[in-house]
Amino acid sequence: MIDIFINNLPILIVTVPLMMSLFVVLVTNSHLSFLLTLATTFITFLIAILLYQEVQSYSSISYALGNWLPPLGIEYVIDHVSIIPIIIISGIGFLATLFAYKIMPSELSDSSISKTYGLWLLAISGLIGLVTTGDAFNLFVFLEISSLASVALVAMGAKQDRQALIAAYNYLIIGAVGATFYVIGVGLLYAITGTLNLADITSKLALMEDNRALIAGFGFMVVGIMIKAAVFPLHIWLPRAYAYAPSAVSILLAATATKASLYILARILFSVFLPSENIVSFTLTYIILPLSVFAMFAGTIMAIYEKDIKRLLAHSSIAQIGYITLAFSIGTKSSVAAGFIHMSNHALIKGGLFMAITSISYYIQKRVTIENLSGLGKAMPITFCCFIICSLSLAGLPLTAGFVSKLYLIKSAISSEGLWLSFMILFSSALSLIYLWKMIEALWLSPLNKQDIKIKEKPVIYTSLLLITFLNIYFGLDASLIVNSSFNASNLLLGINK
Amino acid sequence: MISIENYILLTIISPLLVSILTPFLSNNVFLRDLIGPLGGIFSSWGAIEIARSVLNGTQPSIEIFQIAEGLTINFNITPLGAIFGIVASFLWVFAAIYSVGYMRGNKEKNQTRFFSFYAVAIHAALCIAYSGNLLTLFIFYEILTFSTYPLITHKQDEVAKKAGRIYMTILVGSSILLLLPAIIWVWVTTGTLEMSQNGILSGKLDPKYAPYLLMMFVFGIGKAAVIPLHSWLPAAMVAPTPVSALLHAVAVVKAGVFTMLIVLTNVFGIQYLADTGSSRWLIGLACITLISTSIIAIFKDDLKARLAYSTISQLSYITLGGALASSYAAQGAALHIVTHAAGKITLFFVAGAIYVGAHISKISELNGQGKSMPFIFLAFFIASLSIIGVPPMGGSWSKLFLMMGAVESDYLFVIIVLCISTILNVYYLMEIPARAFFSKKNKNIDIKIPNLMIIPTMITCLFTIILFFYIEPFKNLTLLMVGK
Repeated sequence: MIDIFINNLPILIVTVPLMMSLFVVLVTNSHLSFLLTLATTFITFLIAILLYQEVQSYSSISYALGNWLPPLGIEYVIDHVSIIPIIIISGIGFLATLFAYKIMPSELSDSSISKTYGLWLLAISGLIGLVTTGDAFNLFVFLEISSLASVALVAMGAKQDRQALIAAYNYLIIGAVGATFYVIGVGLLYAITGTLNLADITSKLALMEDNRALIAGFGFMVVGIMIKAAVFPLHIWLPRAYAYAPSAVSILLAATATKASLYILARILFSVFLPSENIVSFTLTYIILPLSVFAMFAGTIMAIYEKDIKRLLAHSSIAQIGYITLAFSIGTKSSVAAGFIHMSNHALIKGGLFMAITSISYYIQKRVTIENLSGLGKAMPITFCCFIICSLSLAGLPLTAGFVSKLYLIKSAISSEGLWLSFMILFSSALSLIYLWKMIEALWLSPLNKQDIKIKEKPVIYTSLLLITFLNIYFGLDASLIVNSSFNASNLLLGINK
Repeated sequence: MISIENYILLTIISPLLVSILTPFLSNNVFLRDLIGPLGGIFSSWGAIEIARSVLNGTQPSIEIFQIAEGLTINFNITPLGAIFGIVASFLWVFAAIYSVGYMRGNKEKNQTRFFSFYAVAIHAALCIAYSGNLLTLFIFYEILTFSTYPLITHKQDEVAKKAGRIYMTILVGSSILLLLPAIIWVWVTTGTLEMSQNGILSGKLDPKYAPYLLMMFVFGIGKAAVIPLHSWLPAAMVAPTPVSALLHAVAVVKAGVFTMLIVLTNVFGIQYLADTGSSRWLIGLACITLISTSIIAIFKDDLKARLAYSTISQLSYITLGGALASSYAAQGAALHIVTHAAGKITLFFVAGAIYVGAHISKISELNGQGKSMPFIFLAFFIASLSIIGVPPMGGSWSKLFLMMGAVESDYLFVIIVLCISTILNVYYLMEIPARAFFSKKNKNIDIKIPNLMIIPTMITCLFTIILFFYIEPFKNLTLLMVGK
């Protein structure tokens, strides 16, 4: 019995949330639907941990869906690389669910809560499926599942602010374009290789000269995924979507959605198209690297001039995605590892920041802008402390998780590209202190509004905030877990020779 | 018998413990204010034991934990670190007593928060002193910056907000933009973050890049207040005076020059600097800072602002001592950390006492006030003599060594610069006791200075004299530092 369970873990991690999402929609009681969602995300997280342990001992698990062996059947692959986004998505999914308990009812009508949780689980399942599957077309399916679920989740924000509908519509259209691009790319590759299995595509490409269909297929796939990953300048759907989605949804999306796509991007660049080295290195140096540098600055500068905090954080996400793609674009083992390190750490940081802002808006019952933050540090010390720690972590200051990622990122930049790139990184991270400091100053030094004096912080709200803040500090002090798994991942992706 | 590792822990954990306990004792004011000096005593006990063991030729070290492979937080006590450790912990005892007097006398709000962050800052300064590698150094350097922010913005008004911005922009900006990449550059070229007594760069870094790396360090260490990174220090004077006294005359700025010195001696190595001449430009820059800020100080009427500019100028003595790349100059720089600390903390104590007792902060209003607070102005006079470098005050030793260093390394114009600066010191410092004792009084003020402020001032003033006669242990430590 246990054997069956263990053997089927790679599919269970996708199907458990998928099946439960259908079930949760049917439950009318909002409390019950919350409990079911929480239990499901917890189980998903447990499965992810079990998978992590298996990966440590077997290094790569291949699972043939329905016993149809690859390359004909659909293959699920869990290895050192894909386990990182799996852990991020399931872990943050659980924490965000825990946090959503009081937040959801405050923003949504009672009847729509269970539907939202249904979509929530569907999105999680889609994202996990996205990173586990080893099949190009199956990947497209999960891409659509996760996007459609996220679009619907964003649209749920319409009760608070009608702008959510526009945001969702934008997200839908641009997301659909991205997915279409991706599937066109897959079609082209299928035409020349005759297979849909990603590993098999690689081996077929190795026997082939560079040709137009291959280049076009590569281009379509990469651009499609870059849209989904909100790589600058394909990011325009993101700020609105994060800003007007229901707060709990923003947390989930900000911490997980783009990470899955970034993982796919790394997989396509470094493992699927490994044989066509010329195209990949050209793309990395002349397209992704400059775009990432632009992203770092554009995102940060937009954030500096933004008054609405959720949008501000969304802009800062664009800059942070820039760091990750920059790390990938340098293309050495240590830089790709740095990218994965920052991927995990950024999920913790942004998750924490969005949670802190959401708790503040829950307490003051308003949209959070710079003016509304005035003096709240005194009224809500715990939230304030967590916010500061996560901010410092975002800026990459010592003893926080963000410092570790910045350290490795700069080290890899200096050792391969020289000083100029690391100055760029540091300059933009110093700029990011400006918008963070604007918020901290408002919280700490501005006078407190009278109606906010009576605010009392509630344990239901701050428990998961404290947890995620603790993780930010913990992984700043003992980063060996993240660092080692990221280096394992980059070793596997780039092979021994690089 | 307590092992030396435990003494290290005792020294650095006492202030941390004080800061953690303070909020819990906020209802019992007496106990809350007592643990500060108590922590200082324990801390300096540890620091003295450590220094004694260093004098016996050991190099105590302790590893705290590992962040990831190759990234460890560890403490490894160098002779220079032992000196700075004694200075920071020992003066904290008196600054803690003094700040109790100041905060009570001035009826400041949020005293608990103040005392708590004050202790964190001391903790960070001590950890910088004892840090064994560049990572540890950088981490606590940043903690020191952030822990002093609530102290500078203590009043939480517009002025404080502005000062806080300048403070953070310069210190955090410079450290992130230049210090961090400089450290990582060292890491990439040498493959290690551990420092060693003769430097780690020789043979690893092409000498033609050395001046640029040094430049990144010098302008990255904003706390050393070399021009043009000095403007945070006058801005930081909005903080309550105990902060200016201990942190912005001793702990924070000395942490800056300490970092500078340790980088010059233990990362580059004096020999490497002398061979490659990569620190030549720094001599010029330090001299410019030294003279120009002394001149600015003359025109400052605000007592604390004048002392702040004087501090910047004195810090450059230490930078200069490192940049001369000779062993005498390095010794002089290390001794100046000690003697200047004792003198400057006394001057700031006096400024705070005058502010609390007579509500005067401008020098022009001090006319004739000497008779109503004779001890305070006497202390100011003695400490000024020490800063100027007149025997029999402690300050004369460090100037002597610096001048010997200038001769040794053949930069004779440095001696002239030091002489000019001494004259300027006399000009801007002596004006204050002169006005107080010899000018006509222009208004009568009720003067009430708490004893808790007078006693520490007298004691630190005494140190400036004692240091003249009892410089031997410090001198021996500096000898160990330069490897003689």
